[in-house]
Amino acid sequence: MDLQSAKMIGAGLAAIGTGAAAIGVGFVFGSFLQGALRNPAAADGQQGRLFLGFALAELLGLMAFTVALLILFVF
Amino acid sequence: MAGKIDPMHQFTVEPLVPLHIGQYDISLTNSAAWMLAALAVIGVFMWGGLKRQVVPGRWQMAVEGLTGFIDDLVQVNIGPEGKKFTPFVFSLFTFILVANLLGLLPLAIVPGWHPFTPTSHFSITGLLAIMSFGLVLIIGFWRHGFHFFSLFVPHGTPWYMLPLIIPIEIVSFLVRPFSLALRLFVAMMSGHILMEVFGSFIVNGFASGSPVGFGVGAVSFIFIVGVGALELLVCALQAYVFALLTSLYLNDAINLH
Repeated sequence: MDLQSAKMIGAGLAAIGTGAAAIGVGFVFGSFLQGALRNPAAADGQQGRLFLGFALAELLGLMAFTVALLILFVF
Repeated sequence: MAGKIDPMHQFTVEPLVPLHIGQYDISLTNSAAWMLAALAVIGVFMWGGLKRQVVPGRWQMAVEGLTGFIDDLVQVNIGPEGKKFTPFVFSLFTFILVANLLGLLPLAIVPGWHPFTPTSHFSITGLLAIMSFGLVLIIGFWRHGFHFFSLFVPHGTPWYMLPLIIPIEIVSFLVRPFSLALRLFVAMMSGHILMEVFGSFIVNGFASGSPVGFGVGAVSFIFIVGVGALELLVCALQAYVFALLTSLYLNDAINLH
C-alpha cells in the first residue's frame, strides 16, 4: 500500500471518532430531556450545565475531525 | 462547471491592501476586513439601542435583551463579584456571534466575492482564548496570590489521592485555552467545509445532465437547507459556549472552589 492510500484510510478511520461524539451529544441532550420532562420547573436553571456537557462531549468529536484534517492536509 | 471540489479555498487569507513596514507584513487582509465589518455591525447595533428611553422601542428592546442575557449568564455563573467582568464576556460573545453570522452571508452570488469567517482560523480563536485564559491567570494571582494554586486541589480530596489528582487538575487547567480555541475554530471550519462540499454536489450534479446527477443535486439541495439552519444554530451555540466557559473559568479564579 502506498503512502497516499494509507493517508486516506487513516483519515477515514480518524473520522469515526466524530460518530462516537455524536452518541455522546445525544446522551447529553437525551438525559437532559428525561430529567426536564420529569421536573419541568427545574429545567431552565440547568441549561448552563446542559450546554457545558454538550461542549465537552462535542470537543472530542471535533478533535477527531482535526486529526483527520491533519492527516489529509499537513503530513 | 463540473470540477474538482476544493473546500479549503474559502479559508485562504489574502491581502487586500498590501502594506509593509520593514520586514513586517501588516497588510489589511480579508480576515481583518471581516473583523472590522463585525465591529461595524456591533457598533451600529449598539448605537441604535442606546437611546435610554423609559419606554423602549423595538431596537432598544433587542439591545437590552442581548445585554440582559449576558448579564444573567455572568450573574448566575460568577455571582455578585462578576459584575465587573460583564463587559469582557459581552464583548467576546457579540464579537464571536457576529463574526460567525457574517461568515454565513450568501455573498458568493456576487461574482468574485465570498464571505470569510475570521473565527474559522486558529490564530483568531487562539488569541481570543489566550485573552480569556490570561485574564483568569491575572485575576487569580491578583486576588489570591500563591493561594491560587489551591485550585489544583479539589475540596475534600483524601490525601492518598493527591499524587493522582494534582497532575490531572494541572493538565486540565493548562489545556483550557487550547480546548476553548479548538472548539470554536473546528466547529466553524467543519460547518463551512460541509456547506461547500454539498454546494459543489448541487452544482456538479445539475451540470452533469444525467438523471442520476439531477437526483443527487436535488437531494443535496434539500439537505443543504437543513444544514444551513443547523449552521445558524451552531453559530449562536458556539458563541454562547465560549462566553459560558469563559465565565466558568473566571468563577474558578474569583471564588476558588
